[in-house]
Amino acid sequence: MTADAVVVGSGPGGASAAEVLTRAGWTVTIVERGSNYLVDPSDPTQRGRDFSNDEIKSVHRHFLGPDPLVEPRTFRSSETDGERLFSGEVNSVPATVGGGGVHADGKVPRFRQDDFALRSAYGPVEGTEVADWPIDYAELEPWYARAERLVGVAGDGSANPLAAWRSGPYPMPPGPAMYGATRSCQASARLGLHPYPAPTAANSVEYDGRPACNNCGFCAFFGCPIHAKGDPLALLQRALSSGRAELLSDTFACRIVTDGRRATGVEVVAADGSRRTIGAGAVVLAAGAVETPRLLMLSGLEHPLLGRFLMTHFQTIAFGTFAEDLHAERGRAVTHVHDDAVLVDADARRAAARAGLPWIRGGMVEHGGTSLVVSEAKRYPRGPHHTKLMASSPMRRRLWALTMQGEDLPQYTNRVDLDPAVRDARGLPVARITYRPHRHELVASEHHRKTLVRVLKEMGATFTGVATSPAAPGDLGWEGPRSAAPDSHHVMGTTRMGTDPKRSVVDAYGRLHAVEGVVVADSSVFVTSAGYGPTLTLMALAARAAAALSGSDPLQLRAVE
Amino acid sequence: MPVWLTDVEYHTLSAVCDRLIPETDDSGACRAGVPDYVDGLLGAFQYDPPRVFAGGPFSGRHGGEPGFGAFLALGPLQELAWRMRIEGSAGLPEREFNGPVVGWQERYRRGLEALGADFASVDADEQDRRLEREPEFVALIYEHCCEGMYGAPEYGGNRGGVGWRAAGFPGDVQPRGWSDEEVMGP
Ligand SMILES: Cc1cc2nc3c(=O)[nH]c(=O)nc-3n(C[C@H](O)[C@H](O)[C@H](O)COP(=O)(O)OP(=O)(O)OC[C@H]3O[C@@H](n4cnc5c(N)ncnc54)[C@H](O)[C@@H]3O)c2cc1C
Ligand code: SF4
Repeated sequence: MTADAVVVGSGPGGASAAEVLTRAGWTVTIVERGSNYLVDPSDPTQRGRDFSNDEIKSVHRHFLGPDPLVEPRTFRSSETDGERLFSGEVNSVPATVGGGGVHADGKVPRFRQDDFALRSAYGPVEGTEVADWPIDYAELEPWYARAERLVGVAGDGSANPLAAWRSGPYPMPPGPAMYGATRSCQASARLGLHPYPAPTAANSVEYDGRPACNNCGFCAFFGCPIHAKGDPLALLQRALSSGRAELLSDTFACRIVTDGRRATGVEVVAADGSRRTIGAGAVVLAAGAVETPRLLMLSGLEHPLLGRFLMTHFQTIAFGTFAEDLHAERGRAVTHVHDDAVLVDADARRAAARAGLPWIRGGMVEHGGTSLVVSEAKRYPRGPHHTKLMASSPMRRRLWALTMQGEDLPQYTNRVDLDPAVRDARGLPVARITYRPHRHELVASEHHRKTLVRVLKEMGATFTGVATSPAAPGDLGWEGPRSAAPDSHHVMGTTRMGTDPKRSVVDAYGRLHAVEGVVVADSSVFVTSAGYGPTLTLMALAARAAAALSGSDPLQLRAVE
Repeated sequence: MPVWLTDVEYHTLSAVCDRLIPETDDSGACRAGVPDYVDGLLGAFQYDPPRVFAGGPFSGRHGGEPGFGAFLALGPLQELAWRMRIEGSAGLPEREFNGPVVGWQERYRRGLEALGADFASVDADEQDRRLEREPEFVALIYEHCCEGMYGAPEYGGNRGGVGWRAAGFPGDVQPRGWSDEEVMGP
């Protein structure tokens, strides 16, 4: 069994790479450890019918995986915690065909120009390895535009005064504003902020044969029952209908095989536990920023920096309770955002100086609510008040939240490695995450939360609070040691990209320095985390890396019919 | 007739649920059928396919063909995980790769026994005292109580949508969804 390339992972990164490689005429085997509910590989026009508005299955029973009982991860905040603080779910992004693209609610902003050159723009920060990327925004812009067209992104290219330049408009106009978002946007604008419709991978009109989103409200954590999301479906359909791709679900890549100099294939474990090797001249890794370094370590492809500089986003969640119903169950959960907190303005510089830091940056702020009624119930205490609280619903119907995805600076000590004792059901060592935020993230959160709370009060909140993830003992969000682990599903930076093989794991095209024929096509390559969801950027990088791997003419590839 | 619990266990569990989310005029765990949700979960593997993941894409409550009732076949890893979670590792090496796992069936059997076969007939204060002696077990039942109250009725609880109605929650809405006006207006 052979192919020109094996792609490990079928999420946004792997699907982007597979689409480009098949277009370039390559044969591709996509290996995905999770089950397939997205697309019929034998007839890619047939889309899955198992996603549903079902909170039990999707949120409380690990339907889209990974199930922490059979595929756990472990966590500690530093080496002084010993081998681990706990074993279970850590930064899990789904293990299913389509990866996290399936259950993300798809805010897909681009990064800004300065996000690629933090070191030059703002200078070093002690205790971190802030560096410039080996590529810039202009290099990536056409790939951003291509990714937006392929998956379908709804947005208004002129609505955000802080956005980077664009070569063209979004393929679709924004969808409808949620009622709560209209209120929080008006309040933000009165305070001088610049809210705008979130660029979203959910169809606002019929697009590429998929229907418009009907605002069902079961978006983040759910697959889309009507396939209105710009998840990896469209990319996988294109790859599969080329006739040159095969998709192996319930199949785990356990080792990259090399001849010492270059990759020769991938060893996989099939659903029945049997092992075999798929021969290939190239291996594209898109297993996500935790599983990609794990697979490289399981394969013995070590590098002193492999797994290091793990970044997430430091989440600051300011929430308000209101007298009236904001009905956040109607709509896509987040329809609006603002970017003001990514600016290093005079206020931010003063706050940084007071804390002895050269600068601080926050991140994109999402205006949103929740429709998760079972999760709400679990938060209220048991007893006679339970049903009264559910009926008055201060934490769902009358809740609105502003969530900042704060930039997380790269630290050498934050890392993924193999847990010395904990195994997955296949008997393989699981990924261990060692992570502690830098003072930069804490100071930026403290600084920007004040504005978020002011917005909620301006909007009419009768009660406000702020929680963070990760949290520290004594914080509002602290619920025991598990709260020290970041909840963020934005995971980046474990195979850092760069030109110097001593200071980076992969080159500017995602190619592993150590052996030939291994390319990383996910957010593992990020040099810094920016304050924006990583998905569109990693898709753009994955397509660009696949184009370079296949020697395709980027200009031809970028023209998507 | 319960599928996994004994009649006595079912009776005790009902009394516990009534303490955790007491009955009101229009709501409450027993009114919603939470004990049936728990019993169905513990007996999930008595069905084929197991009653773990309800089907899709629509329930039929807002149009479309009803699909939730057709439970999905489990993949091999999903089956392993759910058997471990419900049945425990049962000394099987393929379930003990990280050591033994105590399943929910055993936790319920032991937990309900510890609360006493007479639990349903003692007074409320005595019930509360017994519940306080079993905090971990009560935390597990409470999780399941919330799921059985407010999850999709196809899992055996939230009978007739009573939990959703009391919480002012519309439940699943596909394929109808919400119109732009309903999203944007107050
Ligand atoms: C609820 C939620 C909301 C989110 N919202 C946003 C958002 O608004 N904006 C945003 O930018 N991002 C968002 N994200 C994050 C987004 O999902 C990820 O950034 C994205 O999915 C990463 O893409 P990827 O292809 O790199 O990795 P993944 O999506 O993680 O895909 C990797 C795939 O590889 C598979 N895999 C891993 N190891 C192996 C192996 N050894 N063998 C075979 N297969 C393997 C996994 O099962 C998985 O399917 C959200 C995530 C979640 C969970
Ligand atoms: S809100 Fe829209 S995109 Fe999201 S799951 Fe519902 S229909 Fe699909």
